[in-house]
Parts: sequence; C-alpha cells; structure tokens
Amino acid sequence: MSATTVGGAAPRPRLANRKTHRKWALWGSYTALTVFVIGFLTPPFYTIMTSLKTSAEIGAEKGNPWYAHHPTLENFWWLITYPAFRRYYLNSVIVTVLVVAISMVISVLAAFSLARMGFRGSKTLATGVFLTYLIPQSLLFIPLFQIIGWLGLINSFWCLVLIYPTLAVPFCTWIMIGYFSSIPKELDEAALIDGAGYLQMLWRIFIPVAMPGIIAATIFAFTVSWGNFIYPLAYLYTSSQEVLTVGIISDLIRGDVFEWGKIMAANLLASAPPIIIYAFLMDYYIAGLTAGATKG
Amino acid sequence: MADGSTVPVQVLGSGRVADRRAGGMRRFARRRSTIAFMLALPLILLIAGLVIYPAIYAMWLSTLNRKMTAFIGLANFRFLLHRDTFQLVVFQSCLFAITAVIFKALIGFVLAHLMHNISGPSQRIWRGLLLVPWVIPLALSTLTWWWMFDPSYSSLNWILNQLGFASVPWLGVGWIARFCTILVNVWYGTPFFMIMYLAALKSVPEQLYEAASIDGASALQKLRFVTLPMMRNIISITVLFSLIVTFGDFDIVRILTNGGPLDMTQIFATYAFQVGIQSGDIPLGAAVSLFMVPILAVGAYFILRGVTRRSAEIGA
Repeated sequence: MSATTVGGAAPRPRLANRKTHRKWALWGSYTALTVFVIGFLTPPFYTIMTSLKTSAEIGAEKGNPWYAHHPTLENFWWLITYPAFRRYYLNSVIVTVLVVAISMVISVLAAFSLARMGFRGSKTLATGVFLTYLIPQSLLFIPLFQIIGWLGLINSFWCLVLIYPTLAVPFCTWIMIGYFSSIPKELDEAALIDGAGYLQMLWRIFIPVAMPGIIAATIFAFTVSWGNFIYPLAYLYTSSQEVLTVGIISDLIRGDVFEWGKIMAANLLASAPPIIIYAFLMDYYIAGLTAGATKG
Repeated sequence: MADGSTVPVQVLGSGRVADRRAGGMRRFARRRSTIAFMLALPLILLIAGLVIYPAIYAMWLSTLNRKMTAFIGLANFRFLLHRDTFQLVVFQSCLFAITAVIFKALIGFVLAHLMHNISGPSQRIWRGLLLVPWVIPLALSTLTWWWMFDPSYSSLNWILNQLGFASVPWLGVGWIARFCTILVNVWYGTPFFMIMYLAALKSVPEQLYEAASIDGASALQKLRFVTLPMMRNIISITVLFSLIVTFGDFDIVRILTNGGPLDMTQIFATYAFQVGIQSGDIPLGAAVSLFMVPILAVGAYFILRGVTRRSAEIGA
C-alpha cells in the first residue's frame, strides 16, 4: 500500500530510473552467478571429461586436458565388468539401505515420543540428541576401533551398519521433531478419543502428514552413509568388504600407478545415486534442512 | 503396557467417582510416559552405546601407554604438547577451519543475495547447479581435485600456462598445499551456506524493506539495518555449526596431501588417524582427538544457546 502511494507521488523520471536500475541488478546477478556456476562445476566437468579418455590419451600428457579428443566409454565398460567394483557397489548399497531403514525407524519413533508424548527428562534428551550430532567422527573413530574389535567386526562391512546410524539418527530425529510438533494437537486428541493407540496414531496420522520431513530425513541418512570415508578407511581392509568411497581409492590406485580414466569413471558411477536423488527430491531436503534454522 | 492388567483392580478399589477419574488420569499419564520412553529407547541405547560410551572410553584410553597395559596419567598429552608436529597440527586445524568458514560464509552470503535477486522458476535451476559440489560425496570429489592438482599433468597448470603464467606446484609446497585444502573445503561447503542464507533471506518480511525505502535507506543501509539483524540468528548458528564440522574434517586432507608436505597440512583428524590407526598407538591417537574437545565445547555451548529457543517452542 505504502509503496503505491510513494510511486504515485514520485516524479516519473525517478521511477524509470529505478526500473533500469533493477534491470541492471538482474543482469549483474545473472553474470555473477554464471561466473560462480562455471567455477563450481569445473571439477565435475573435468571428472566427466577424464572418464571419457583412454589411458593412452591421459598418459600422453599433451594438448588440452579439458577436452576428450577421442571420447570412449571403455572405462565405464571396464568397471561394469570388473567384479571387485561391482562388489563395492553392492556393499555400499546393502550398507546404505540397511542404515537408512534402521535410522528412520529409530528416529521416527524417538521423535514422536519426544515431540508428542514426553516423559521425565525428554526435553533434556531432545537437546542432548542435537548435541551428539556435534561430536565429530574424527573424535570417535579411535575408541570405536576398539569397540568394534571386541565385537569381532573389524574388516566386516557390518560394522558400518552398526556405526552409521550414529551419524544419521541425531539429525534425522531433530528434523522429525520439528515436523511432528508442527502438527496440530487437536488431531491426536481426536484420534485418542476414537480409540486409536499411539502406534496407530503415529502410523495413520503423523507419518503421512509429516511425509516431507520423512523424505528430508531419509535423504540425509542416505547422504551420510553413502559418502562416509573415515570409518571404512579405518575398519575395512579386504576388497570383498570394501565400500565405494574407499574401494575406488585403494583398488584403482596401485603404488604410483594412477589409472585416472577409470578412477574418474568410477567416481561418476559412485556419485550418480546421490545426484539423481537430489535432482528429484532437492526441494524436500532443503525445506527440511532450513525449517529448523529459520524458525528459531 | 505390562501393568495393564492391574489397572481395573486399582480403579475399582477406590471408592468415589472423582477419585476414580483422577486415578485413571494419573494411570493414563504414567502409561503414556512409559510408552514414550519405550519409543525413545532405541535412540537412547544407540547414543549411549555408540556415542557417549566411546567418548568416555576415549578419555580412559588416552591415559594408557602405547601397549595399553599401564596407566600413565596425562603423559600422552604432555608428550604431544612438546612435539613440534603437534603444535603444527593445532595451528593448521585452526587455520583450516577458521579461514574456510570465513570464506564459505562470505561467498555463501553473496550467492544467497544473487539468488534472491533472481526470482521465479529459473532460481531452482541455478540453485540446483550451485548445489552440485555439496551433493557429490566429498571423498569422491576430492579425488577429482587431486587429479586437477596432479604434479605432472595438472589441468589447472595447463590453464595458467595458456595464460602465460608459470606452473604452480599445488600440493608440493606447504603454504600452497594449505591453500588447496582450504579451497576444496570452501568449494564443497559454500552451497550449504547459500541455501541456509537464502532461506533466511526469504523469511525477512518484504514490508521491512519497503519501510526502509520510504525512509530513504540506501541498499547498503538496508543490508546493515534490516537484512543482517533479521539474519543474525541463522548466520551465527550456521557459522558455528560449520566451524565444528570443518574442524573435524578428515577426507580432504587425507586424500589431497595425507598431511604433507612435511606435515604442513596435517590437521587433528588426519594426525589422529596416522598416530592411532596407522602407527598403532591408539592411546596417543585418542589423546590427539581429545584436544578438539575444548574448541568443540565452546562452539556447542553457543549453538545450544541458539537452539534452546527452538526447544522452548516445541515444549510450548
């Protein structure tokens, strides 16, 4: 309202001036963003280009490295038919699927309890859960090395299924608490009066209503378990147990021999699942990530 | 649930109706909190068993000798403090985390503003493109950076040569290698700042800017007196949060330089890994990583202050 009165009162030339100013600001923004996008996408672009080159072309060390002169898919084909690489991929998939399932069950149940039901000390627990997210892996990997040793899980990818939920659960719980507490209280009172149990209420009402939050938390759990590097590096040694992040490095780099074409092709194949997931579900993830912060 | 069978007995036992109802309510509340506790139990067990316990166990470990046979008190910590390498590690960890977070915050802030300027459907595409570094698993994208910094055939040096500059020994010289590790971290982490700040920018009510315009505020004044105060909370939480995460970073240094040259890029996580896992001195490695605790605790304290406000909201 106030804007229109100001616009009416202001002399014409000034309005036009402001319009061109806006136009310039828009073009300036586009130009600057283009520069940033080029900078940010340089490494992924180089990954793609290298993956399309033959070992001979890379080994020649001649000409423009940013361009594949004789593009070929032989690196990808080699990887797909390489049993060890398939094993890493399968291990990564098994670990990630299990970790996502375990983490989501634990955090949805806990978030429902903490956000809606409550017990003595539940508020302290909610804060404590958030704090545990701030304890970095680099602090825990040494004591966990001992603990995993006791459990006899060193050099077995099952230790990752055990440990990864500690990375995912705190933040997933935190996201879910936010979503659950935004559901109106009248809804669960009505359900209770209708004779629904708590688990029924969670299953029939809370999970469907908080689906965006569930998607965001699932993506988070997926991201941490797919991309983790320090735990497999510390605890896994043999090729049959290795997951993608460490397997690519330990297998395709032998001594001083770097098969960069294959490494970059493997890199692309391993990055594909997260990129595809984010391409479709990015909006949910960003909403889940920023909801907590902007509310506060 | 287990005591469900005792409910009717007790309720029937009390005489007056009002009494009965009050008892029922109390029972109901107690049962409710029992179920609530049961639902949170997996979380409690997970965190107690695999986070709290290892953290405490790390403290105990750090007081043992190399073979873990004898208690030696704080000797590991004293040993580390007198070692030149460890002093480098402390300095480099702080340099790495603080410099990287400052640049991530600044570039993220600029990007968020640029994104905010362009509204409409194209914003999604730009945002998607800028988020790519953050989406690729860090260990994998660091491999590409390593290849770009390759000493014999660096594609970055090729560009420099084309422009008439000399080649740069990216990972071969201490300060340049430090710069490279920070660069990769900034590249990876900036998109996170951008989306957090963009969300904050979107939540600033448009009327505030209109009011500021009427008062004749310049663009800079609007930034200083409207945008920054409105974003203060999210800026501080994001910065502290990222400071903690960056401080514990492992992947970049481990893959790019493995601490070298001459330990000039070694940070807490990589040094703890080298000492604890590779050299097999687990107590000393635990001591290295425990040196992070004071810094993490300060960060966590301030984050918690920002977060309790939200907890209060949930309780309400």
